[in-house]
Amino acid sequence: MEKRIEEAIRYLGIKKGAADAGTYALVKSSFQELERAAEPKSICRIFELQECGDETIQIGNMKIRSKSLSRNLKNCERAVLFGATLGTAADRLITRAGLTDMARSVALQACAAALLEEYCDQRQEEIGRELEREGGYLRPRFSPGYGDFDIRYQEPIMRMLDCSKQIGLSMTDGCMMTPTKSVTAVIGVSPVKERCPVQGCEACKSADCPYRR
Amino acid sequence: MIRERLGRELLFFDGGMGTVLQEKGLQPGELPELWNITHPEEIRGIHRRYMEAGSDIVLTNTFGANSLKFHHDSCSLEEIVNAAVGHVKAAAEQCGRAGRVYTALDVGPTGKLLKPMGDLDFESAYEAFREVMVLGEKAGADLIHIETMSDTYELKAAVLAARENTSLPVFATAIFDERGKLLTGADVPSVVALLEGLRVDALGINCGLGPEQMLPVLEDILKYSSLPVIVKPNAGLPKQRDGQTVYDVTPGDFAGVMAQIVEMGAAAVGGCCGTTPEHIRAMTERCRKIPVTPVKEKEFTVVSSYGASVFLGTGSKIIGERINPTGKKRFKQALKEHDIDYILREGIAQEERGAHILDVNVGLPDIDEPALMKETVSSLQSVTNLPLQIDTVDPVAMEAALRIYNGKAMVNSVSGKQESMDMVFPLIARYGGVVIGLTLDENGIPEDPEGRVRIAERIINEGAKYGIKKKDIVIDALAMTISSEPEGAKVTLETLRRLRDELGVCTVLGVSNISFGLPRRPVVNAAFYTMAMMNGLSAGIINPASEDMMKAWYAYHALMNLDSNCERYIEKYASSPEVPALAASAAGVGGVTLDSAIEKGLRDDARLATESLMQSEAPLDIINTHLIPALNRVGDGFEKGTVFLPQLLMSAEAAKAAFAVLKDQMDKSGEVQEKKGTVVLATVKGDIHDIGKNIVKVLLENYSFDVIDLGKDVPPETIADTVVEKKIRLAGLSALMTTTVVSMEETIRLLREKAPWCKVMVGGAVLNQEYADMIGADFYGKDAMQSVHYAQKIF
Repeated sequence: MEKRIEEAIRYLGIKKGAADAGTYALVKSSFQELERAAEPKSICRIFELQECGDETIQIGNMKIRSKSLSRNLKNCERAVLFGATLGTAADRLITRAGLTDMARSVALQACAAALLEEYCDQRQEEIGRELEREGGYLRPRFSPGYGDFDIRYQEPIMRMLDCSKQIGLSMTDGCMMTPTKSVTAVIGVSPVKERCPVQGCEACKSADCPYRR
Repeated sequence: MIRERLGRELLFFDGGMGTVLQEKGLQPGELPELWNITHPEEIRGIHRRYMEAGSDIVLTNTFGANSLKFHHDSCSLEEIVNAAVGHVKAAAEQCGRAGRVYTALDVGPTGKLLKPMGDLDFESAYEAFREVMVLGEKAGADLIHIETMSDTYELKAAVLAARENTSLPVFATAIFDERGKLLTGADVPSVVALLEGLRVDALGINCGLGPEQMLPVLEDILKYSSLPVIVKPNAGLPKQRDGQTVYDVTPGDFAGVMAQIVEMGAAAVGGCCGTTPEHIRAMTERCRKIPVTPVKEKEFTVVSSYGASVFLGTGSKIIGERINPTGKKRFKQALKEHDIDYILREGIAQEERGAHILDVNVGLPDIDEPALMKETVSSLQSVTNLPLQIDTVDPVAMEAALRIYNGKAMVNSVSGKQESMDMVFPLIARYGGVVIGLTLDENGIPEDPEGRVRIAERIINEGAKYGIKKKDIVIDALAMTISSEPEGAKVTLETLRRLRDELGVCTVLGVSNISFGLPRRPVVNAAFYTMAMMNGLSAGIINPASEDMMKAWYAYHALMNLDSNCERYIEKYASSPEVPALAASAAGVGGVTLDSAIEKGLRDDARLATESLMQSEAPLDIINTHLIPALNRVGDGFEKGTVFLPQLLMSAEAAKAAFAVLKDQMDKSGEVQEKKGTVVLATVKGDIHDIGKNIVKVLLENYSFDVIDLGKDVPPETIADTVVEKKIRLAGLSALMTTTVVSMEETIRLLREKAPWCKVMVGGAVLNQEYADMIGADFYGKDAMQSVHYAQKIF
C-alpha cells in the first residue's frame, strides 16, 4: 500500500490493516481528486538563533519561551522558519464534499493532512540537502502548538516569512490558519550531525492525542 | 491630470521600497511604515533617488498601512499616512521636481484572508482600505495605487473603497505567478474583467516575477485589457544566499527587458522587490524614447468568478436554471426553511452536469430577499468557481449581491422599459457586470424581430450613457411558447440571427419557455435549442439535468467544429450505453437488500432497493424495520471498534439516499414521519473547522432529528437567540483548539442565562470530559454516535 494512503487511513482513526475495500477505494479516489485541486506552496528563511537561558530562545528578533522548543533546538546556531499550505482550493473541495458526501469529505480531510505532511517532508529534505553542503544539519520540524510552544507564535513566524504575500497563508483572529491545510514550523540547524529520528508527534507532550503515531 | 497623460505618454514608476529598507537595516517582521516616523531622512532620501533616476510616479511608504496590519502604540495610522505623503512631496521639493512628480498612495493587501475561506468580512476589508485612502487624499496624494493583490475579492474591496470615498485616480496591480494566476486561482481575463468593471484607471501586474517571466503573463493582459497596463517586475526571482533573500537581475538587464515590455504595449513601468534607483535609472534612460502603443478597446464578453472566467461569443454557454423557486415546491420549502445546503447542492449538481454559469434566483413573497441573496451568493462561492448570474427584480437584492460577489457577475436582467434601465444601469456602472437586456418595453413584447432588435438597440444606447459597453450587454431574444404563438419560434430565431449579424451583440434565451403547455416538452426544447444555437445563441438558460438538452449541446458543438476532434463529445458519450440499462428493476442491483446496502454504505444500491421495497411495504415500515435497524447495527459496530468513521458515514449517506426516496413518496401520499426533536448545531466563534459538527449533523438527521445548522465561526448571541426564539431543548457546540474553547465557554454561559432549559453537548479535538465539565457543558460527546445517543436520551 502506498505510504500516503496508509497515512490518510491512519488519520481516519483506522488501525493498521483494518480498512475494508470500500474505505480503501474511497481514500484512493479522494487522494486523486485532492491532488488535482491542491496547490502546495512553501516559504522558508534562515535566521540566527541564540539560547538565552531560562527556557528562552531568540530567532532573529523573535523571543520564544518554551521548554519543549528550547530542548528541540538545543545546540543549534541557526533556525529555519518554515511555512507551507495546500491553498484554498483544497478547503473548497472538502467543504463541497461535505454537502454531497460526508464520508468523502472526511476522507479528503485525512488525505489533505497526509499530503501536507508529505509535502513538508519533501521540502524539508531539500532544505536539508542545501544546508548540509555548508555543514548544517536539520532537526525535526517543530510547530507552534507542539508541547508548550504557544500556538500564538504562528503570528510572528508568518510575519517574518511574509507568508500572506508569498504563499497566501494567513490566520484568523482565533489563531487558525487560513487556508486550513497549512503548517508553520521552526527547524533547528545544528552544526553537528546527530542521529535525529524524523519525529514530529513523538516530540509532542499531548500523549492523549488520538492521532499520535 | 495624470489621467490625461496615462496611455498617451510613457510614465515611470519608482522601484523597490521594502527591499531597499532591508538593506538599510529593517528587520524581517518589523513594520516598514514605522520608518516614516523613525527614519524620515532615509525615506525621503530613497524617494529622492528614484526621482533623480527619472520616476514620474513615486509611491508612499504605506504598503501595510491599514488598521488590520499596522498596529503600533506610539503612532496612529493618520500620522503614518501624513508623514509618508509628506516625504514624497518633500523629496520632490528637494530635487526641484515639486508639482511634476505624482504622489501615489501605496495600498497593499490586509494580510488576512476574506470570508468565506478566511475570517475577514468583505465590508471590514473595505473599511480598512477606506480609512487609509481617505487619509491619503486628505494628506495630498495624487492617486491611489493598489498593488501586490493576490485575491480578487480583496482587490474588489480596495477598488470600491477608493472609488466610493475619494475622487483620486485608481491604479490596481495584482501578483501573478508563472502560470498567469493569482494565489487564489484567478486567471488574467477574470482579473482584467473585474477591474474594468470596477472602472479603475489603469491595471497591471507587479511583484512575484522578474521581467523575463512576466512576458507571457503581460501578453495575456494586453490581449484582454482595454485600459492602460502597468508593469512592475521584481529584479528577478528571489534567491536565498547566506540566509538572505537576493534578487540578481542587473540594472542593465532589467532595462533591456523593460524596453521590450514597453514595446509590447505597457503604458506605465517601474520596479518592485529588489529593484533600486540604479535599475530605474537604467530603465528610464533605455525606454524614454520608445513611443507608447495606443490602448485599443477589446471586444470580449467575459463573466468571472474568483477563480475562473467564461467567455461568451464562441460556441454556446450553458446557464443552469435550477436555482429558482418558480414552479418548484421543494425549492420553495428550502428557501422558507433557510436550507442553504439544499441550494448549494443544486448548484454543485448543475456544475457536475456541465453548466458554465449558474443563475441564482431566491425571490419569494414574504422573504428577506436581499439578505438571502447575499448569503446564497457568498455560500455558492465557497463551493463552486462557476460565475453566477444574479437573477432578481428587487433592486436592493441586486445591489447587495453585486457588491459582495467575488468577480464580474452576470445580471438578470434589465428591459427596454425606461424605469428598468434607470434602476439597473447605475448598478452595473458601479460594480461591473454583464447584463441581460430583455427585448420588451412599455408596450410589451414586439411580435416581430424588427421590434425586438429596435429595443435591443435602445438598451445598448441607453447603457452607453452610463459608460456600459456593448460587450457587457447580452440580449434576450425572448422565447414565447408555440402553443399560443404559432410564429413564436420563428420570430425568436430570426431575432437571434439579426442580433448577431446586425448588432454584433451576444444573446441569451430561456430556452424551455418555447414548449410551455405542450406534452413531452424536452422533445421540442432540444430541437429548438439546436436551432437557436445555429442562429447565434451565445448562452442558453437551461436545465443541465435534462439529457435531451445536453445531447443537443454536445452534438451541436461537435457538428459545428466547436469541439476540437469531437473530444468533449467522445469523452461524454464513448463509454455510456446507447440505451440506459433498466437498472431500477424490482430486485435492486445484484439483489442487494436495503439492509445490506446501508451496512455496506452503497448509496445507489440503497436508493434502488428502497424503490423496489416500496412496492410491497409502506414507507414508515421500511424506516422502522429496515433503515433504523441497519443504521443501529453500523452504529454498534462503530462503538465496538469494528466499523470506522468513513464506513459509518458511507452508511449514513446510503441511509440518506433511502430516506430521500421515502420522503418523496410520503410527500405525495401526505404521510408524515414524526420528527424526534430539533437540535441546534454550531461551531463556535473564532473556529472555522466544522467537519466534526457536519458529521454529527449527518448522523442526527439519519436518526430523524431536525437540525438547525448555524455553521462555523458563530457568535454566542446568534446561538442563544436561535435557541430562545425556537425554544430549542438541545444545542451541540464544537471547537477545535484551545484558543476557541474560550468562546465555547462564553456561549454556554450565555445559554444558561437566556435559555436555562436548553441542554448543551460539546465535542471537538481538544475537548475531553474534564475540560467539558470545567466549561459547564451537560454532555461531552467523544464521537458522533455519542451525540446521537445523548439526543435520544433528551427527547
